[in-house]
Amino acid sequence: MAGTMGGLKLLTNSAPKILRAANGLPTKSLPCVNYMAASTPARKYSIQAPVSKPEGRTLCTLIPGDGVGPELMQAMQEVLEAAGAPVDFETYFLSDIQPMLSAKVDDVVNSVAKNAVCIKGILSSPVTGDRASINYQLRSKLDLFANVVNVRTLPGIQTRHKNLDMIIIREQTEGEFSSLEHESVKGVVECYKIVTAEKSKRIAKFAFDYATKHNRKKVTAVHKANIMKLGDGLFLKCCQEVAKLYPKIEFDSMIVDNCTMQMVSNPHQFDVLVMGNLYGSIVDNIGAGLVGGAGVVVGSSYSANSVVYEPGSRHTFSEAAGKNVANPTAVILCGAKMLMHVNLQYHGSKIYKAVEKVLKSGKSLTKDLGGQSSTQEYTYAIIHALQH
Amino acid sequence: MAGAVGRLNLLKLTQNHVGSLTACAKPFGCASLGIEPTQQRRWESSAHLIKSLPKAKYGGRHTVTMLPGGGIGPELMSYVREVFRYAGVPVDFEEVPIDPSNDSNEDLEYAITSIRRNGAALKGNIETRSLSPNVISRNVAIRNELDLFVNVLHCTSFPGIQSRHSDVDIVVVRQNTEGEYAMMEHESVPGVVECLKVVTRANSDRVARFAFDYAKRHGRKKVTTIHKANIMKSSDGLFLAVCREVAKDYPDIQHDDMIIDNCCMQLVSNPHQFDVMVMPNLYGSIVSNVICGLIGGAGLLSGRNYGYEYAVFEPGTRNTGSAIAGKNIANPISMMNSAADLLHHLQLENHSVWLREAIDKTINVDKIHTPDLGGQATSMDVIKNIITFMQAKTKSSTFTERIEFRQASVI
Repeated sequence: MAGTMGGLKLLTNSAPKILRAANGLPTKSLPCVNYMAASTPARKYSIQAPVSKPEGRTLCTLIPGDGVGPELMQAMQEVLEAAGAPVDFETYFLSDIQPMLSAKVDDVVNSVAKNAVCIKGILSSPVTGDRASINYQLRSKLDLFANVVNVRTLPGIQTRHKNLDMIIIREQTEGEFSSLEHESVKGVVECYKIVTAEKSKRIAKFAFDYATKHNRKKVTAVHKANIMKLGDGLFLKCCQEVAKLYPKIEFDSMIVDNCTMQMVSNPHQFDVLVMGNLYGSIVDNIGAGLVGGAGVVVGSSYSANSVVYEPGSRHTFSEAAGKNVANPTAVILCGAKMLMHVNLQYHGSKIYKAVEKVLKSGKSLTKDLGGQSSTQEYTYAIIHALQH
Repeated sequence: MAGAVGRLNLLKLTQNHVGSLTACAKPFGCASLGIEPTQQRRWESSAHLIKSLPKAKYGGRHTVTMLPGGGIGPELMSYVREVFRYAGVPVDFEEVPIDPSNDSNEDLEYAITSIRRNGAALKGNIETRSLSPNVISRNVAIRNELDLFVNVLHCTSFPGIQSRHSDVDIVVVRQNTEGEYAMMEHESVPGVVECLKVVTRANSDRVARFAFDYAKRHGRKKVTTIHKANIMKSSDGLFLAVCREVAKDYPDIQHDDMIIDNCCMQLVSNPHQFDVMVMPNLYGSIVSNVICGLIGGAGLLSGRNYGYEYAVFEPGTRNTGSAIAGKNIANPISMMNSAADLLHHLQLENHSVWLREAIDKTINVDKIHTPDLGGQATSMDVIKNIITFMQAKTKSSTFTERIEFRQASVI
C-alpha cells in the first residue's frame, strides 16, 4: 500500500509486492513469490493469492492538450488497453488557442471532480489577452495546489548524471502566477506575487507527507528570502514550522539561484524539494533536462480530492504535431501512475516494466533519445513488451 | 522520590485540565468556572499549528497512522492491510512502531505527532512494560495528549454467535481522559499510597453532551448515567449532576441513572433495559468488558476514541493478547470492525458498509469462528472469507464509488 502515489518509488522499493502482483499470472515468476513468502517472516500472515485487481471500470477524465498532445494520448490509451487496464476515458478537448473547438472549462472541472483522476496533455497559453489561462483556471477551480515532478533516471537514456531520483514539489495556486497584473501608470506594470501562510503551510505539509509516505529522508525548501524578505521569508518560515512536526525527516533550505547551479553540477544531494510557483516551474524544467528531456518526465497535480497527471515539463511541442516523432514516454507513464493511484498496481507496474524494458533495449527509441523510431513504432514496441 | 513524582504529575494534570477547559470553553460555555489558563501545555504550540493545517488527504487518498502495538496487534494490522489492498481502499498507512522495552518516550511522541498530522489512527493495544512510576502508560498518554475525551463502544449481538443474551444493542460512552486514570499516585508516608481520582465539570459536561448528541443523532431513546455517587458524593456526584443538567437540553431523550454495582448485575441479568450509557473512566473500562463478555468475548467489538480534532480506532477491549500472538488463532473481527469505523470516519462510506457486510456474513452466515468463539477456524480463514466478499464488491464498483465524498455524519 505504501508507494501507490509515487509509482516510481513503488517500483524500486516494493519489489516483493510487485512480484506478488505477478502472482496472478501463470508465469515463471510464481516460484519466486513462494520463495519470498517462505523466507520473510513478516509475510507469515499474508495470503498467497493474486494481489488486488479491483475490476470495476475506472472513469478517467482525459484532456488531450495542444501540440503533440492528442497523438501522445492515443499512444497512452493504446498501451493501457493492451495492458488490459479496466479504465474508460471521458475525453474533453480543451484549448486556449482553438477556442471554437474547446469544451467549457466548467464541464471539465466537473468531470475531474466527479472522476477524481485525470490525465492531461499540455495546454499552450497565449501570450496576449487579459483572460486567465485555462491552465490557471483548472488549477484554481479544482484547487490543485501541489505539483509533483519525479525526476528519476530511466534505464537506457544517456545523461550526464546517473541514478538521479528526486522529487520536486511546487505550490501552484499562488505566488507569481496570481494573474494579478496592471499598468499603474503608463510604462509601469505591476505584477503581484502573493504568498500566504495558509497555502505555504499546506504545501510544506504536502511535501513532508509525501516524503513520509515514500520513505524519503530530506526536504529542501527553495526560496529567495534574502531578497524577498517578506514574501519568500514567510514561505520559508512556514516550512520551518511544519518541519518541526516531522522529526525523522531532515530539513534544509537553499536559495533558488544556488539551487539551480547545484541541480546541474551535483544533483544527487537533493531528495525532496519544495518551492513556490515560479521557482518550481524553472527547477522542474532543469530536472526534466537532467534525465532526458520533456518527453520522459511525469508530473502530477494534487488537490485534496483529485489528481491530474500530466507531463512533468510543460511544452506542447506544436512544431512536431502530426509528424509522428514525439516521445510518448511521459504520457504513458502518466497513465501507469494513474493506474497505481486507483489501486490498479498490477496493470500500472506492468506498463512501467514494459517501458523500462524498451528503453533498456535501446531499440525503437524516438529521435529525442537518439533513436530512429516514430511515436507509433515506439508505442508498439511497448505493447509488444507488455506481452512478454 | 515518590512525592516528587506525584507533584510532577499533579503539575502536569493541572496543566492538562487547564488546557481542556480552555479547549472546551468555547463550544460548551464553561468559561464561568473562573479558572485562568495560566500554564500552557508542553505541546500546545504544535497543536495550535496543526489545527490550521489540512489533514493528509491528497488526490482522494488518505494517510492514516497505524500503531500496531504489542501482542496480536501486528498480525491484526497485517490483516487490515491485506483486506484494504484486496478491496482497493484508497488509504495508505504510516506505521509507527513503539518499542515497549524502551523507557524513553521518543517513539510515543513521534506517534502522537503523526496522529496530529494525519488526523486519524488505527491502533492496537500498546504495551508499557516498565513498572517505573516515571514511565506513563502509552495508551493513556495518547488519549490525554490528543485530548480524546470520549470512548464509544457500540455493543451489538451477533446472531451467529452463541451467547447468553441475544439482541443486545448498547452504546457505552466513556469519559476517556480523567477520573481514576489521571495517573496521579504517590506514597504520602511509607505504606500509604494515595491515588487521585479527578472529575471536572468541563470534561463531564462534554462527555455527557456527546452521549446525548449521539443518542439524538442515532435515534436512541434513553441515556443512563452510571456512577457511584452514593459513596463518592463529590466526584461522581459532580458527574451525575452535570449529566442531569445536560439532560435538560435534550427533552426528547429519557435520562436515568444507575449505581455501578447494580449496573453490572443488571447487565448480566437483563441487558436489554440499556440503550446509551454514559460513565466515568474506570466504570467504562469495567462495563465495556462485561458487555463484551456477554456477547462473545474480546475479539469482536471495536472502540472509537474521539476528541475535537482527532480520532483513534482500536479494538473494544484493550487487551494485547500476548498469549495467543503468532498462533494464527486470534480473532481478527474486532480489528476489522475498527477498520470499518475508520473508513466511516474518513467518509469512505461504501467501503465501510462492505466491510461490515463482510464481517456480518463471515460471522453470522458462513459461521467461520475462531477458537475463542468455539469454532475451529484460524484467523486466516476469517480474513480469507472477508477478502473474498470484499473483492467481489470491489470488482463491481468504480474508483469514484470507492472514494465517494459523501457528507456523512463524522461520528
